[in-house]
Amino acid sequence: MHNFDFVKPSSIAEAVKALSNEGAQALSGGQTLTPTMKQRLAAPSVLVSLTGIAEMKGVCLGDDGLSIGAATPHAVVAAEAAKHYPALAALAGGIGDPAVRNRGTIGGSLANNDPAACYPAAVLGSGATVVTNKRKIAADDYFQGMFTTALEEGEIITGVTFPVPEKAAYVKFNQPASRFALTGVFVAKFKGGVRVAVTGASNNGVFRWSEGESALSSNFSGAAVAGLKVDAAEMIGDLHGTPEYRAHLVKVLTKRAVDAAR
Amino acid sequence: MTKVTMTVNGKAVSGEVEGRTLLSAFLREGLGMTGTHIGCDTSQCGACVVHVDGKAVKSCTMFALDAAGSSVKTIEGMANADGSLGVIQQAFQDHHGLQCGFCTPGMVMSSAALLAENPKPTEAEVRHYLEGNICRCTGYHNIVKAVLAASGQDVSSVAAE
Ligand SMILES: Cc1cc2nc3c(=O)[nH]c(=O)nc-3n(C[C@H](O)[C@H](O)[C@H](O)COP(=O)(O)OP(=O)(O)OC[C@H]3O[C@@H](n4cnc5c(N)ncnc54)[C@H](O)[C@@H]3O)c2cc1C
Ligand code: FES
Ligand code: FES
Repeated sequence: MHNFDFVKPSSIAEAVKALSNEGAQALSGGQTLTPTMKQRLAAPSVLVSLTGIAEMKGVCLGDDGLSIGAATPHAVVAAEAAKHYPALAALAGGIGDPAVRNRGTIGGSLANNDPAACYPAAVLGSGATVVTNKRKIAADDYFQGMFTTALEEGEIITGVTFPVPEKAAYVKFNQPASRFALTGVFVAKFKGGVRVAVTGASNNGVFRWSEGESALSSNFSGAAVAGLKVDAAEMIGDLHGTPEYRAHLVKVLTKRAVDAAR
Repeated sequence: MTKVTMTVNGKAVSGEVEGRTLLSAFLREGLGMTGTHIGCDTSQCGACVVHVDGKAVKSCTMFALDAAGSSVKTIEGMANADGSLGVIQQAFQDHHGLQCGFCTPGMVMSSAALLAENPKPTEAEVRHYLEGNICRCTGYHNIVKAVLAASGQDVSSVAAE
């Protein structure tokens, strides 16, 4: 790994300032960035740790929904969101393993936007709002394809606000070696309709399965999606599964998520 | 080089590190505490698990400077004050929870974190919690048995000796 200067600010303002330096990059839980730097796929000259910023941590229920600080580790979301938004807490509690959950954070996961990551499905499936140091970004505008987001250079996610649905569930088909999602589906039923977000499956990253959404919005039951067919054209094919296999999983997991929703 | 100070196994320690110095490297090379093992160095195997402020973390995936001011516990801190093996360590020995022993420091530290959160886990809970700790020798059965025994549960009916 190339060497760098390490700074650990205690406020968002200081972090934003530090990130304006040439070659600076944010570090949250480091569960993705550290291995990436070891492979020399990233070589920042300044690393700005976000984990010492108290205003970026914690889980809090407010008027517009459940707000989670970007530097909140998965394990804390699993514990503290459980009574407010059980499907989200369960998703956080199923990421990786305990040591990954103690360090990895929601902000890091969303900034990275790995096509097989879990949180993007919850954020898109809930129609959540990604809050940065500059603006608020609706989930539908935030995710822009594999490892690509609406974030600008030097912009940091400070938190995420989730509207809490009537019922929701996330069902993940584990890729057992990496513990990421081979395919994962987040289903959320709101008063105004149902949202279905799929991760792990598409070459375009997390996406909404709109056909599934309209079928479930008129009839929220597993049977509603049984007759639908998911197009395999844009799906990922690799040694773990063909595009057709993943397309099939989307439907099967959606059905399971509907059955599990509470 | 930057000076870093933290508490390791109850003792204040400090040393000079680079930005890129990993916590695992600081422990092993800076402090000479080689009980923490490096297996994969890619956040997959769990051999390097230590506790930082009471939480199990992979020390190969945390920078030493990010642990500045923290309280770190390593396998060297798991023995009893008189130097005899701690409860979890003794259970691993009694139930053959190790063969080559390479994964054992991480296994013991993850198990200690589990038992702190959940003092009487079921077999399934032990297996689930240890998902991030890879062992290429034992086949896991005796590790799980050791953890159950360390929690004070009767393991006489648990298979695989
Ligand atoms: C063994 C293992 C298993 C895993 N399994 C899963 C899984 O099942 N599901 C899953 O979803 N994930 C999984 N992960 C990934 C894990 O959830 C990571 O924690 C997460 O993807 C990245 O979060 P982080 O806080 O560690 O970010 P970091 O690694 O610190 O950062 C990742 C990227 O985001 C940027 N960044 C970080 N925070 C911010 C911010 N607030 N604003 C702007 N940019 C920021 C960084 O600059 C970097 O580019 C796994 C990881 C490992 C090692
Ligand atoms: S050496 Fe750290 S996880 Fe393998
Ligand atoms: S005892 Fe050899 S790797 Fe576990």
